[in-house]
Amino acid sequence: MIIAIASGKGGTGKTTVTASLAYAWPDPVVAMDLDVEAPNLHLFLHPEETGRQKAVIEIPVADESKCTYCRKCSDLCQFAAVKVLGEVLMVFPEMCHGCGGCIAICPEGALTPGERELGDIIWGKAGKVDFIMGRSRVGEAMSPPLMRQVKTKLADIAPAGTDVIIDAPPGVSCPAVNAVMDADAIVLVTEPTPFGVFDLGLAHKAFAPMGKPMGVVVNRAGIGTDEVYRFCRRNGLEIFAEIPYDRAIAEAYAEGRIVAEAVPSAGEILTDLGNRLRRLVGDSSAKEASRV
Amino acid sequence: MFEIVVLSGKGGTGKTSLTAAFAQLAQPAVICDLDVDAPDLHMLLKPETLQTVSFQSGYEAEIRPEDCTNCGICGDMCRFDAVIPGDEAPIIDQLHCEGCKVCVTFCPVDAIDWNLRTCGQWYHSDTRFGRLVHAQLYPAQENSGRLVALLREQAKELAQQKQISLILSDGPPGIGCPVISSVSGASFAVIVTEPTPSGRHDLARIADLCAHFKVPAGVIVNKHDLSPARTAEIVADCKAKGLFLLGQVPFDPEVTDAMVAGQTIIEHNHGPLAQQLREIWDNITDHIKNA
Amino acid sequence: MPKIAVSCDEPSLDAAVDPRFGRAAGFIIVDPDTMQFTYQENGQAQSMASGAGIQAAETVIRTGAKVVLTGDVGPKAFQALTAGGVEIVPNMAGITVRQAVERYKTGHGAPASEPSGPAHGGLNMPGGGMGGGRGMGGGRGMGKGRGPAGGGRGMGGGGGMGMGGGRRRS
Repeated sequence: MIIAIASGKGGTGKTTVTASLAYAWPDPVVAMDLDVEAPNLHLFLHPEETGRQKAVIEIPVADESKCTYCRKCSDLCQFAAVKVLGEVLMVFPEMCHGCGGCIAICPEGALTPGERELGDIIWGKAGKVDFIMGRSRVGEAMSPPLMRQVKTKLADIAPAGTDVIIDAPPGVSCPAVNAVMDADAIVLVTEPTPFGVFDLGLAHKAFAPMGKPMGVVVNRAGIGTDEVYRFCRRNGLEIFAEIPYDRAIAEAYAEGRIVAEAVPSAGEILTDLGNRLRRLVGDSSAKEASRV
Repeated sequence: MFEIVVLSGKGGTGKTSLTAAFAQLAQPAVICDLDVDAPDLHMLLKPETLQTVSFQSGYEAEIRPEDCTNCGICGDMCRFDAVIPGDEAPIIDQLHCEGCKVCVTFCPVDAIDWNLRTCGQWYHSDTRFGRLVHAQLYPAQENSGRLVALLREQAKELAQQKQISLILSDGPPGIGCPVISSVSGASFAVIVTEPTPSGRHDLARIADLCAHFKVPAGVIVNKHDLSPARTAEIVADCKAKGLFLLGQVPFDPEVTDAMVAGQTIIEHNHGPLAQQLREIWDNITDHIKNA
Repeated sequence: MPKIAVSCDEPSLDAAVDPRFGRAAGFIIVDPDTMQFTYQENGQAQSMASGAGIQAAETVIRTGAKVVLTGDVGPKAFQALTAGGVEIVPNMAGITVRQAVERYKTGHGAPASEPSGPAHGGLNMPGGGMGGGRGMGGGRGMGKGRGPAGGGRGMGGGGGMGMGGGRRRS
């Protein structure tokens, strides 16, 4: 099963929850950090690295000697990555989304595949947990291309059917959507503050249309207001777990420790959360199977 | 004109709470919420909307089933798994559609429409601290940074019109497109971090981004008392990278209380916390004056 | 004198120069000797998520204009215009199109040797931006962005910065 840990607001505790869930998971599991702009999961799971590779995206390379300046590439490209400028055929690699269209449409073979570096994919093992992350190159504007490659690499590092817990990026735009789109269930981590509730609302709007089982973990429960509970009731969102505000948890986190390990009371809550998620996805698959 | 942008790299360090407090101290200034994905500043500033504008950006492909011959070329060529096969005709999955136009271009029977996407809305508003320029992307939209760039342009024009020399912006988390759009050309970046491994890790990345754009940056360590050891590490990192140390703020539940009350920290607290923020703001303005 | 493109949001010589290049509404394409002009819309660039500067550059180059008068030009637009052999004269905002053209004609508009506006969107930073330089083509790159450098083929070598250095005028 694939579980995505997401949120609207940043800093609600996605990485904290992901690390603890993976730590306490009873079956073989891969912890996957798809927050490629600001990956933090490795700082808590402390994996031993077993491999890494550069992730690249295919970009066009221009052989101007073959170019007839017909402009087919220039007119097709939606991202201004390849342009005929006067008598010059110019490629802007950082603009390219890797669609391959210009290379396909060039009647003269003047554009051939090259590469742009997106960042790194790093994998390893943290105890019995498999681990994989992406880290984008500083200055790389787009996350989804690297995220896609991390997801593809997953198949190489863990046997098919291994459970996956995904640490998603914050927000609700394309990087977050990319992180949750393959999940069997989405966990929205929030905090019971006005910002937390507002952003939870955005996340709910963004992800609900995907039709996946979705529920909420209220982190730092006890601060703020009850608004988040009312929101969840109104929108039929199940609360999977509540982690109380506890300075001990904050300090364990600040020390780079896995909360489930460092704070036993939190550990119990997170173990229960894991059980609940396994039941939830198990039930959903059973329902799916019976529908077919 | 000066443009100060408040960033973090890591989410949840306190950018928005601090920006609201600074907005109160910065008057007169044009305030901007550049986190168009999950904007929160309006919850403290309680804006009165003066103008709402629809934001359109990029395109999406849509197959016309009545004209489709189900030849499958679109699916073969699509690199983004956006073409879902069907019995009569495939369907474009808008979540996956990258807007590259390859399917539209290579369809032998021209059966794919190319539609402009409405991605969100942006607003001119008024608040008790002055004018606010902000936006909301519709959920699950692409956040290319274009809307961020548009808001900054609007803020600049507004500041010019009103002869205000300062723009103060609440920035987005991360280091991707929208952040790049927020930072390039800004006068000063205020980076808010926290004394945790994540805070430190992401501080390095956002600091590198600011350095590349030659935007001088200063750092506020928020919730510093959670880990004196980590705070010391961050202070050392700042010195090593030439980042200004703007100040340290202790963890204080009153920050949440202020948020719940819809107030800035300075409106809510009349003690040392508010005083500390005033001092930090003075540090920031000293830096931009000396720039 | 070759045709001049001036960013402007309406087809009138007495309208203000649009300070933006990439997202300008359009360009007045004027023959400086006769002051006859046409108006070129910048439609496509305006609706693009990113790359508007490059798109606008292509649009301007296709009009045959050899000079651009505008407010700010970002690094990508700068690179594109330069590749197309167009002289870039920034800092012309705040006056009318007519005044801008006069200024240029009398030698008062200084051509830019580097971008004047901020970068938007992605960028190549040292450390891998050009993808290991595999097959990126020969020729001199646009690397330094010093005025029209006619030999700028493909992305060239030039240390693979591809952004014309991206230095801002301070």
